[in-house]
Amino acid sequence: MSARSAAPLARATHLAIHALPAFLAVGGLILAWEAYVHLSGVAPGTLPAPSRVVIQGFAQREALWQNTVPTLQATLFGFALSLSSAFVFSVLIDFIPFMRRALFPVFIISQTLPMVAIAPLVVLWFGFGLMPKIGLVALVTFFPILVALVQGYAATEKELETLLRAMGANAARVFLTARLPSALPYFFAGLRIAITYAVVAAIFAEYSGAARGLGIYILNAKNSFRPDLVLAAVLVSSALTLCLFAVAAAIEYAATPWRHAGKASRR
Amino acid sequence: MKPLLSIDSVGMRFDALQVLNDISLRVAEGEFVTILGPSGAGKSTLFQLLLGEHRPTSGAITFRCAPLERKTNAFAYMPQRDALMPWRRIIDNLTLGLEVQGMPRKAAREKVRPLLPEFGLEGFERHYPSQLSGGMRQRAALLRTVVQDRPMLLLDEPFGALDALTRTRMQAWLETLWAHHSWTAMLITHDVREAVHLSDRIYVLSARPGRVLREIPVALPRPRTADPATARRAQAIEADILDFLLKHTTP
Repeated sequence: MSARSAAPLARATHLAIHALPAFLAVGGLILAWEAYVHLSGVAPGTLPAPSRVVIQGFAQREALWQNTVPTLQATLFGFALSLSSAFVFSVLIDFIPFMRRALFPVFIISQTLPMVAIAPLVVLWFGFGLMPKIGLVALVTFFPILVALVQGYAATEKELETLLRAMGANAARVFLTARLPSALPYFFAGLRIAITYAVVAAIFAEYSGAARGLGIYILNAKNSFRPDLVLAAVLVSSALTLCLFAVAAAIEYAATPWRHAGKASRR
Repeated sequence: MKPLLSIDSVGMRFDALQVLNDISLRVAEGEFVTILGPSGAGKSTLFQLLLGEHRPTSGAITFRCAPLERKTNAFAYMPQRDALMPWRRIIDNLTLGLEVQGMPRKAAREKVRPLLPEFGLEGFERHYPSQLSGGMRQRAALLRTVVQDRPMLLLDEPFGALDALTRTRMQAWLETLWAHHSWTAMLITHDVREAVHLSDRIYVLSARPGRVLREIPVALPRPRTADPATARRAQAIEADILDFLLKHTTP
């Protein structure tokens, strides 16, 4: 009993020790930056101190929040679009070899398009609304998820499939019972990569033209010589990405319970 | 007695590689038959032919006096290693075959539950495979196989991945298990002792291309490990087969 009640505390301590170097590194960097700004006397219009970024950002919190909502919307809808389409295409590719040969080159070419060139064009074609942002987020996040799924299916143990076929399973059953669950860890690895791209893609799309959003907020702040507000918006976007990352990690944890189940006592 | 399964002059080649050469063997109802041979003798290929993963390039396979269908319900297959699905709890792994055959989950669980104690898995239904020891996982894999109620079991080196001590325990356990059930089984192994302890008949296969070198009946009373006199006779047969293998197969 005592071992069980002590376990969460031990785990918390372990986690704290584990995270300590990261906190020290980030904290040290911010402190050095703050110190440099004060000691060198650089103008806040050139390089604002972290404290100024936070204070000014807080003063502007309403405007920041109003511009965060559309960015978050673009990110989430874009992500939903890329997740669903990546799944559909991954299944097509898995079942029909012809589709793999036909589609993969197209997808790879889509990854070679430079965002700088494509984003303004997409805005030109689809206007200043939410649509082009969703499209760009989907374009950027689609490929890592698709590749992860296709690789995950291929990583299925051969013996599982032979076993299922010997039991009388058809191809659809083999896919649902063996290939899809086998791909889950790969899928979540791809998801984590895609998430780090998603917010950045949304901001970039807004930067090329939008009514509201963090991207346009950053552009305006830059044009009115407010690097402190640029950095405040960057802070918000980083926080957004980290939050999405944490949500993905939580979903992964809940969806793959067998990966962190404790050892049973042998008998 | 009419054989349940009969394999007649079966050969198998993959492109230029001749894997099996003129294999003929029979399995009667209730019989435990072992295919014993060196690694790479095409033993697993033989199972793939039975399971319809490939078609033999020559010869015929007959099951219950009819040519074996490609999609057959004749066999319950236990692959090398346990092939338990890590994302399924033990109970869901055990019911897998029944569910694939269309049995509702609840009925499948009710069919599996009474067998748990005999397989030493009682109380572990809710565990994941990774939480179990190697021996337990292997017992689970066997239970998943036998619960399908197919006419014949195909066991592909079921204990190959276990340590020597666990393997010996598992073989003794399997012996007692066989005394209570009249399952028909074909076992693939390269472990001579395992073959002698478990089989009614042993077919010794050559190195690739695999062909039957010798057929050895093991007419020993069961259980074979408990009684010292039987154990000695088993040892003599084992030594004889080992000697034969050493002479007739080159590595």
